[in-house]
Amino acid sequence: MVKEDLKIIVEDLDFFYGGLKALDGVNIQIPERKVTALIGPSGCGKSTFLRVLNRMNDLIPGTRLEGKVLIDGHDIYADNIDVVELRKKIGMVFQKSNPFPKSIFDNVAYGLRIHGSKDRVILAEIVEESLKRAALWDEVKDDLKRSAMELSGGQQQRLCIARALATGPEILLMDEPASALDPISTAKIEELIREFKEHYTIVIVTHNMQQAARVSDYTALFYLGKLIEFNVTEEVFTRPSEKQTEDYITGRFG
Amino acid sequence: MIPRKYKERAIEGVFLSFASISLVVLLFIMLFLFREGLPIFRVIGPLEFLFGKSWYPTYEPPEFGILPLIMGSLFITVGAIVVAIPLGLASAIYLAEIAHPRIREWVKPAIELLAGVPSVIYGFFGLLVLAPFIQDLFNLPTGLTALTASLLLGIMATPTVISISEDALNSVPGSYREASLALGATRWQTTIRVVVPAALSGISTACILGMARAIEETMAVLMVAGGATLIPTSFLQPVRPLTATIIAEMGEAIHGSPHFHALFAIGVVLFFITLGLNLLADFLTHRFKETGSGTL
Repeated sequence: MVKEDLKIIVEDLDFFYGGLKALDGVNIQIPERKVTALIGPSGCGKSTFLRVLNRMNDLIPGTRLEGKVLIDGHDIYADNIDVVELRKKIGMVFQKSNPFPKSIFDNVAYGLRIHGSKDRVILAEIVEESLKRAALWDEVKDDLKRSAMELSGGQQQRLCIARALATGPEILLMDEPASALDPISTAKIEELIREFKEHYTIVIVTHNMQQAARVSDYTALFYLGKLIEFNVTEEVFTRPSEKQTEDYITGRFG
Repeated sequence: MIPRKYKERAIEGVFLSFASISLVVLLFIMLFLFREGLPIFRVIGPLEFLFGKSWYPTYEPPEFGILPLIMGSLFITVGAIVVAIPLGLASAIYLAEIAHPRIREWVKPAIELLAGVPSVIYGFFGLLVLAPFIQDLFNLPTGLTALTASLLLGIMATPTVISISEDALNSVPGSYREASLALGATRWQTTIRVVVPAALSGISTACILGMARAIEETMAVLMVAGGATLIPTSFLQPVRPLTATIIAEMGEAIHGSPHFHALFAIGVVLFFITLGLNLLADFLTHRFKETGSGTL
């Protein structure tokens, strides 16, 4: 089905919160430099799956994982994997924008600084570059010392995107990045996603099926922890091979 | 039927009057303090009172210089801060960011209980354990010194600092931690660079309140500070702070005498110190709030 270069390969993935099985036998191959949308009703495991990819679930006590998650051919749950290095390679944008209560500049520079960059000129360059990529530069360039908390919701989310881009990731994970935004801000974020796929492998969780149809190349439908269908987006929306997919996208459940 | 808007107004009125009562009581306490304290300035000038180097209220002629007492308070307060802030902050960070939730469940209430132990109990501990230890350690004629009082006050102020700082750290949204960790920060980097700065206004409030606790403390310092009314030059000397002076001498001061008024004037000085600290706490809270940090 997929003929692209593969960035992420997941094999027989089970994921447990304590005794609760949240993901059940997931097999998926996510292509490089494409947008892959994860859709499905609330509680279907799509956000859990997203967080498996940068090991954010490690932070929740009592979670357990079985199966393999390969990124660039390396098992990211192997013992010799440095989680810090892994997360450097994988940017994440959250559902609710979460800039730090610091200046705009310090927000974007944060990732670089924790990884040891001190050179002011380089920092300033990368901050500018990242803000430009996130289409925020023109709105904030006059006062980068301003607190990020003073920005509007849409601007804050683009700031968080700039912050994620600054460390030079190869993969961008987005957990319903536009669900709390107005239609204009949403349109801006979607446009960014379309531009980004030249450079990044993007995995986006969304509740909004129109959004999935608009921005993604591939779509995966999750239901009750299982991957029901994974295919080229157009196929999934026009000729779903599974009955459950058809029911979901036509609004019969979810 | 009484229209709803009158009911609303009646309720507002009730709450307003309760709030006013506490304010009025406070006002009367203040008035009383000033009425009894200010007459001392008929005997001695304010500057002479504040900066006079000797406190001999029962001599003939009496001397009412409270500089030794102010210095006594200053010494043990500074000493207490040096103990309480690092200890309290480190414990708060441990509890909020590192400790297993089950450990926190046990330790946090225990610490809050510690804050509620009567100060005379701490005084006993200071007298029986700390003072002999300090005496032996430095080979002193007495274990009742500024250092002893500092350590004891530090221990007493620590629960306040821990409790309020921990609340401040806990109120930092988890989304900040997630964002930092997702960028590849370690937990330690996340704590130091994101969580603590975001909680700074609450932490500074905690420090000021811990400091206020040290300055206001009376019973325990009376028991362990030694009580000498000399201007201290070292932490190993006995001192007599402002609060301890009032409680130690109030019983023997003749009602209406200059000594009596002088003790109330010390109360006025303490009042202004506390007021100053509260204003400072308020200022710090707002200062850090402007940058959008988490607050209590």
